[in-house]
Amino acid sequence: MPALSPDDVARLAALARIDLEPAELERLAGELDAVVAAVASVSSVVSDDVPATSHPLPLVDVYREDVVEPSLPAEDVLAGAPAAQDGRFLVPQILEED
Amino acid sequence: MSTATAPAATGGEPLVAYDDATARYDVVIGLEVHVELGTATKMFDGSSTAFGAEPNTQVSPVSLGLPGALPVVNRTAVEHGIRIGLALDCSIAEMCRFARKNYFYPDMPKNFQTSQYDEPLAADGHLDVVLEDGTPWRVEVERAHLEEDTGKSTHVGGATGRIHGADHSLVDYNRAGIPLVEIVTRPVAGAGARAPEVARAYVAALRDLLRALGVSEARMEQGQMRADVNVSLRPSPDAPLGTRTETKNVNSFRSVERAVRYEVSRQAAVLDAGGSVLQETRHWHEDTGITTSGRVKSDADDYRYFPEPDLVPLTPSRAWVEEVRASLPELPVARRARLQAEWGYSDLEMRDVVNAGLLDVISATVAQGASPAAARKWWGGELARTANAREVEVTALPVGPAEVAELARLVESGRITDRMAREVLEGVLAGEGTPTEVVTARGLEVVSDESALVTAVDEALAANPDVAEKIRGGKVQAAGAVVGAVMKATRGAADAKRVRELVLERVGAPQA
Repeated sequence: MPALSPDDVARLAALARIDLEPAELERLAGELDAVVAAVASVSSVVSDDVPATSHPLPLVDVYREDVVEPSLPAEDVLAGAPAAQDGRFLVPQILEED
Repeated sequence: MSTATAPAATGGEPLVAYDDATARYDVVIGLEVHVELGTATKMFDGSSTAFGAEPNTQVSPVSLGLPGALPVVNRTAVEHGIRIGLALDCSIAEMCRFARKNYFYPDMPKNFQTSQYDEPLAADGHLDVVLEDGTPWRVEVERAHLEEDTGKSTHVGGATGRIHGADHSLVDYNRAGIPLVEIVTRPVAGAGARAPEVARAYVAALRDLLRALGVSEARMEQGQMRADVNVSLRPSPDAPLGTRTETKNVNSFRSVERAVRYEVSRQAAVLDAGGSVLQETRHWHEDTGITTSGRVKSDADDYRYFPEPDLVPLTPSRAWVEEVRASLPELPVARRARLQAEWGYSDLEMRDVVNAGLLDVISATVAQGASPAAARKWWGGELARTANAREVEVTALPVGPAEVAELARLVESGRITDRMAREVLEGVLAGEGTPTEVVTARGLEVVSDESALVTAVDEALAANPDVAEKIRGGKVQAAGAVVGAVMKATRGAADAKRVRELVLERVGAPQA
């Protein structure tokens, strides 16, 4: 039984705000299922004494001091904005589901 | 149900009278409070957190979520988090991680908020609060975790200016990445009809605590502290918890109390009608005092939390935690007990002072040399009334602890009478200068020049020879008429007690 159904992919697509056609859902369900199956092979070597690992480096407690650094210049900040107004990023109205 | 009434003017939903609602249902509340930490820089980068800068002038590649930007944790923010945790009697995690809370909204350009999920910095604490009538109440705290604030969106265009009709939004990322601590209570049950009062007292006590800790100004009106209010009803205390609603961003103590009351009345009407409460977020409307439906909890709320790979775990050493614990200041509850003992206030007097928000000004006034009784008298009386009449906080009056202490000293030294002091205060409030300046300018000083007083007394005695005779004959109480005449002649600027002594002296009567 496949790990991922087209419905699962549709839900993920909705969460990621990606608009997919039914044919794409079918195709991606197959492809993603292959990916999940490949990754799942890891579980064959995992036993109870192996904790879930989020960070591969043996490093903890990396801090910076609370010292102000210069801001990115205002013109650089908005340089990559598709649209701007009054020094601010202009974005389309969202939350139509609200 | 016959008890449900449709509110006409508010535009809200049907409501059940509050007392009826709490008679039939058990109220359970929960509070989530977000606090902006008063650090100089953001949680994960060195951008300034100063308030009021031009839009997008306090940002870095990290706050903007630019590709390749890497966050680094602000040590002071973690320390503030530990301080808050310890002050709430939480245990501090030996190891905790940050997590990505994934969602798509332009106030977070990374498309996730860096937060903590199943490993909060602090957990399992409590805050003891005192209700207005002096009843103590313990609120259990589930967790306090670190996260970052979002950018600020302004919705423009559209007919109403509200999100609904907006054409587009303008986003300023100065606030994005400012360190936040979110403090979450366990469900608070058993308060019954007093649940709104408990909610308010908790948020107020938390604000006082945060200020005492020096971790945040916690100004609700500036959004430095924001409360989300959860409310649910159940038929009885034995029943499982009912479905809750979460009213977001309630930004004053009074509103916290009102929002709980409103939700209790609204949910009772829904349940009375045989309906079920929707699990949803709701918006609070300060002007009308109602909540309206926001977003229904749904699949879209699947935040797909996972450990933040760009930040390594935090393992605050026990030595660090103990160092922070040792540096905790006196906490508000202990401070109140100490001050009450030092000042000799009764329980009732102390409660009034605390409820009126006068503790700090009175403390400062006493520190400036006034007696505790005098400080309470002026702040709790004349000044509280004036602030009330002007509809401002007492601290916003143009009179501070230094002026009140000076006024109290003038009275205590006998330079002015109590009655004059009120007039002096009037002058100070009107901007005429310091109390001493007002005394001089208005000529309010007690006539303490003995020779001037003696002259006035002699004149009054000469004008009332019959009274002088009565006094000499032993009718000491007759002196009152002469004292009155002297006070009139000096326009009330004499010390009546001294005048009386002088009258008896001048007629040669035995002093009583």
